[in-house]
Amino acid sequence: MEKFEKLTAIAAPMPLINIDTDMIIPKQFLKTIKRSGLGVSAFYEMRYDMDGNENPDFVLNQDAYRDANIIVAGDNFGCGSSREHAPWALLDFGIRCVISTSFADIFFNNCFKNGILPIVVTPEQLTLLMDDAQKGSNARMVVDLENQIVESSDGTQIPFDVDAHRKHCLLNGLDDIGQTLQKATSIDAFETQMRESRPWV
Amino acid sequence: MAGKTLYDKIWDDHVAHQAEDGTCLLYIDRHLVHEVTSPQAFEGLRMAGRPVAAPDKTIAVPDHNVPTTWDREDGIDNEESRIQVDALDKNAKEFGVVYYPVNDIRQGIVHIVGPEQGWTLPGMTVVCGDSHTATHGAFGALAHGIGTSEVEHVLATQTLIQKKSKNMKVEITGKLSPGVTAKDITLSVIGATGTAGGTGYVIEYCGEAIRNLSMEGRMTVCNMAIEGGARAGLIAPDATTYAYCKGRAEAPKGDMWDQAQAYWETLYSDDDAHWDKVITIKGEDIAPVVTWGTSPEDVLPITASVPSPRDFEGGKVDAAARSLDYMGLTPGTKLQDVEVDAVFIGSCTNGRIEDLREAAKIVEGKTIKSNIHTAIVVPGSGLVRLQAEEEGLADIFKAAGFEWRLAGCSMCLGMNPDQLGPEVRCASTSNRNFEGRQGRGSRTHLMSPAMAAAAAVTGRLTDVRELG
Repeated sequence: MEKFEKLTAIAAPMPLINIDTDMIIPKQFLKTIKRSGLGVSAFYEMRYDMDGNENPDFVLNQDAYRDANIIVAGDNFGCGSSREHAPWALLDFGIRCVISTSFADIFFNNCFKNGILPIVVTPEQLTLLMDDAQKGSNARMVVDLENQIVESSDGTQIPFDVDAHRKHCLLNGLDDIGQTLQKATSIDAFETQMRESRPWV
Repeated sequence: MAGKTLYDKIWDDHVAHQAEDGTCLLYIDRHLVHEVTSPQAFEGLRMAGRPVAAPDKTIAVPDHNVPTTWDREDGIDNEESRIQVDALDKNAKEFGVVYYPVNDIRQGIVHIVGPEQGWTLPGMTVVCGDSHTATHGAFGALAHGIGTSEVEHVLATQTLIQKKSKNMKVEITGKLSPGVTAKDITLSVIGATGTAGGTGYVIEYCGEAIRNLSMEGRMTVCNMAIEGGARAGLIAPDATTYAYCKGRAEAPKGDMWDQAQAYWETLYSDDDAHWDKVITIKGEDIAPVVTWGTSPEDVLPITASVPSPRDFEGGKVDAAARSLDYMGLTPGTKLQDVEVDAVFIGSCTNGRIEDLREAAKIVEGKTIKSNIHTAIVVPGSGLVRLQAEEEGLADIFKAAGFEWRLAGCSMCLGMNPDQLGPEVRCASTSNRNFEGRQGRGSRTHLMSPAMAAAAAVTGRLTDVRELG
């Protein structure tokens, strides 16, 4: 997993609420047995017309936002299906950070497993950042994970919360399995005790 | 000290390790696996040279990609789907997990197979790389969807890194009116709370109306907890639960059963338990409902009319306008005047035997309306299909003009060939009405099996209570 320390990048505004994971990556792209290569298909049905041509109205098709690494989104981003293909597609497109007032639970977890930082802000802060993102490629947002601050292009600083363990993993690019296996003794002890208390499991 | 909720109790019995910041390693009793969200996880194990930690607690079944047509024994035409199903077959055998292949009569939708085979039992932790894992909460099991990285984590360690959610109680008091089903309960709850209303919570459903539901109905309610944003939905186990589980292939037997049931009987929320949020809905206030938009929270009683974006506030104004445009609906139109082109009965929400019985009761002796060009019934498992055939339900559906299919996820998400074309309007018993869910540009109205059956015979969204 790639480390996430400090990101200075273009942010794309997506004010629509309830952007679900079917929108982020539709079903036909879930048939892959790989994690990579999904970026070109991210937001497929909003991004391309029925003939596969780019829809010029879609934000990521506009020149100002083609190189965006941040999405500023409406409430409840990533709801619906558990498909990790959604963060894989965002990451493959180049998105490292999504900012919204709320995220669906599974999507939120999936982001951290892939080096993407989801940031929860208040509705007022979202409005400020959405306006900032509307400024296009001339504006750069700064996301500083170490200090837990988002800075808009005009220098307004917005602090954010992040789980300490997840922050540590993102800053250092650590994956979970190796860390959990270091606790194998605890898991073994639990299984031994469980064979007594709940033997039918 | 305050008492514990059911969620608290199950959680406490599964903490294998707790870090100082409260992050826990939660032991996983059952890990269900399907072909779409697992290939990258097995590949990760292979590359790291890791085995599956508990293959006897890991149950794999292909469901999303499998064709439901009767020629599927001949193989899967779509190359990518075939590769994915073949990958599950290879991985299941290589890693030695429990496996029900496509042509096994026990194959079906993973969330129907788990309970049916007795893998899902009260008090367990159940995970699967699928958001509708919430279904298993109907047994008083803590069950939720996970991403593929977490699938790999559970395969490798039999644990999941978790922080505890908050407790929400959703009480459905009193009795349901005639024509109102579990699907109407769960959609009405989402309509009341919104699709983010449950975010950060585990919901326990309780109250007389929930107690009176069969296990099938309880599974329908819990299945859609995720559409309300909750991590999981739970219903405390009771005599109905035990009667369903007893005698199932993988359920405990003899003395072991008695020991298990004694434990399960401790699994309820204490009277003095702390709830972070409580929602109470009167059963009698719930009507047969349908969705009008592209979010499961876009729920209205069938007697209502299509809303206007002006009826909403904030970000929902634009979202509603977009939904209405996508759905091809005009504000003010009576929902019952909306004609449908297709009917889908099936899915992990409503693909169980009781669902098929409810639908068959409505269509018996009738035929589907001429404007319906697609009407399919897809049983949730091979065993549900067999039972429905034995009970004569399949004949009722076929006589009415429905296609009778083999088990799979099918048109709930259309990863197999069961898809709808642009602007095709579908009365569907599935769980998501998102844009493009049943096929690009297709229009989904969610409802109960009885309501979908009613729509099939009248050719429009219909109040099942008026069909008589």
